[in-house]
Amino acid sequence: MNTKILLPSETVSFILLGRDTETKHPLFAARVPAGFPSPAEEHIEDRISLSSYLNGHPDATFYVQLEGDSMIDYNLLEGDLLVVDRSLHVRSGDIVLANVNSEYTVKKLEITETGVRLLPGNKKYNPVEITEDLEFLVWGVVRGVARRIRQ
Amino acid sequence: MTNLFALVDCNNFYCSVMRVFHPELNNVPVVVLSNNDGSIIARSNEAKALGLQMGQPFFEAKSTIDKYNVVYFSSNYTLIGDMSARVHSTLARFTPNMEIYSIDEAFLDLGGFKGIDIPDYARTIRNTVKKWIGIPVSIGVAPTKTLAKLANRIAKKSEKANGVLVLTEAKHLEVALKRTDVGDVWGIGSRYATKLHSFGINNAWQLANVTDAFAKKHLTVVGLRLVKELRGEPCTDLEIEPPAKKGICSSRSFGQPVTSLNDLKEAVAIYASRCAYKLRQQKSACRVVTVFIHTNPFREQEPQYYNTKTIYLPVSSSSTIELVQYATMALEHIYRDGFVYKKAGVYITEIGPADGAQMNIFDRVDRSKHASLMLTLDQLNRSMGKGTVKVAAEGVSHIWEPKAEFSPPCYTTRIEDVLKVR
Repeated sequence: MNTKILLPSETVSFILLGRDTETKHPLFAARVPAGFPSPAEEHIEDRISLSSYLNGHPDATFYVQLEGDSMIDYNLLEGDLLVVDRSLHVRSGDIVLANVNSEYTVKKLEITETGVRLLPGNKKYNPVEITEDLEFLVWGVVRGVARRIRQ
Repeated sequence: MTNLFALVDCNNFYCSVMRVFHPELNNVPVVVLSNNDGSIIARSNEAKALGLQMGQPFFEAKSTIDKYNVVYFSSNYTLIGDMSARVHSTLARFTPNMEIYSIDEAFLDLGGFKGIDIPDYARTIRNTVKKWIGIPVSIGVAPTKTLAKLANRIAKKSEKANGVLVLTEAKHLEVALKRTDVGDVWGIGSRYATKLHSFGINNAWQLANVTDAFAKKHLTVVGLRLVKELRGEPCTDLEIEPPAKKGICSSRSFGQPVTSLNDLKEAVAIYASRCAYKLRQQKSACRVVTVFIHTNPFREQEPQYYNTKTIYLPVSSSSTIELVQYATMALEHIYRDGFVYKKAGVYITEIGPADGAQMNIFDRVDRSKHASLMLTLDQLNRSMGKGTVKVAAEGVSHIWEPKAEFSPPCYTTRIEDVLKVR
């Protein structure tokens, strides 16, 4: 057996995620000493970026934080950071950030021939039927979720 | 030069930003207050209809505000700046060339878009910004920047235009020019407007039809260019790279009166450091640092004092450390005990390219060390957040900082400020 045990530092450097604000290419690319071209130079790629994985159009992306337990059946928990993309076309079945009578709410949107409903992901709460007397606005579609396990 | 310009202008931008996060404020009068909550700097259409004025002091407007339940906010420039950047970067997708004209305006090059329905394209731009960012914009399209500005003004006011007006046909241009007062033409100030009125030139159409000699004589060369632009002859191109600033000023009124040299030093250090940062952003260095301080001229019962001090640097610099040092020196020179100060500021001039700085044989400052230190400082502040690293002279807590009491959260830039939803 010739399994190499990864030391913590190696593991970490392997999964290090790039930040949006970082320079596009790793800095060492510009610092190769003369006469010793790096064999890796032509293979440099941008690091994996969590935000480009989660976000749609960065200009149209906003974050909100979820409170309460109304979405637990959809695996959305209190404290989750929701990625809301305003550029997406709203479809039935989307989880959306809506504003109903001046209150924000995150729910699953259901559009059928009989009407429009906001469905909570928890039996404790009732679906909301969108009627004409309500001020209703879909602010954006929830595209992804970010959760930190270790504080 | 392009032959078709679009001017995209956000409607009541500061108020619209608040409405993005507070949809319940649509159709409600909204005003936004200046730094220090001193005066009104933005009004929604409903607030305009109530007679609230731009620049009106808050205390004076308060009775109207209370009577009609006008909603008011302090300005949050972090939030406004981010929303502006989103709008500009969305607009940039629609054109190969764009000039960011102000926080809420941009000129787009739409020349050479062959076979594209321009009114339709402009409406797509408008709808995209509205959907993606939530900000309503008006768009004016015309063969020159001056005409695009004029078209935009009508697009914003006319209900029929519904936010978009394209002026490319002669007969449409004539109607638009005839209904625009000369005083509302971009670049015609109130003094020139009075002068033109006295010649019987009341609308933009009449102005477009004066002779070149008349324009040059009464409105200078700049005015002649403007008249040509009104005729549809482009004289000004997009300014894609903003020209480097010739003078940079950083100053602020204090939220609370300041008397001690120590507090003033901190304020001046902060302003000097902002100037230095702006210099580095545009890759310049300055030769002259001026500091000014003054008491509150509206408090006539209090003793008044005003003074400035200018220092010529031995070698041009953009180092925060150096500029703070010289600004502090200047302040110590003019500070007098026993006055209640209202405002301080730092003004830098004789700005030139950083790499063209003239050396001085008596210079004992290690310039390359300063340069790399500043590079590190800027990088740290960019990646870890503004103000992470600063010079000690800037101090930590500032009781004199202007208070914006009704400031909205930084919804888009601070994770602890994002909307909480259920």
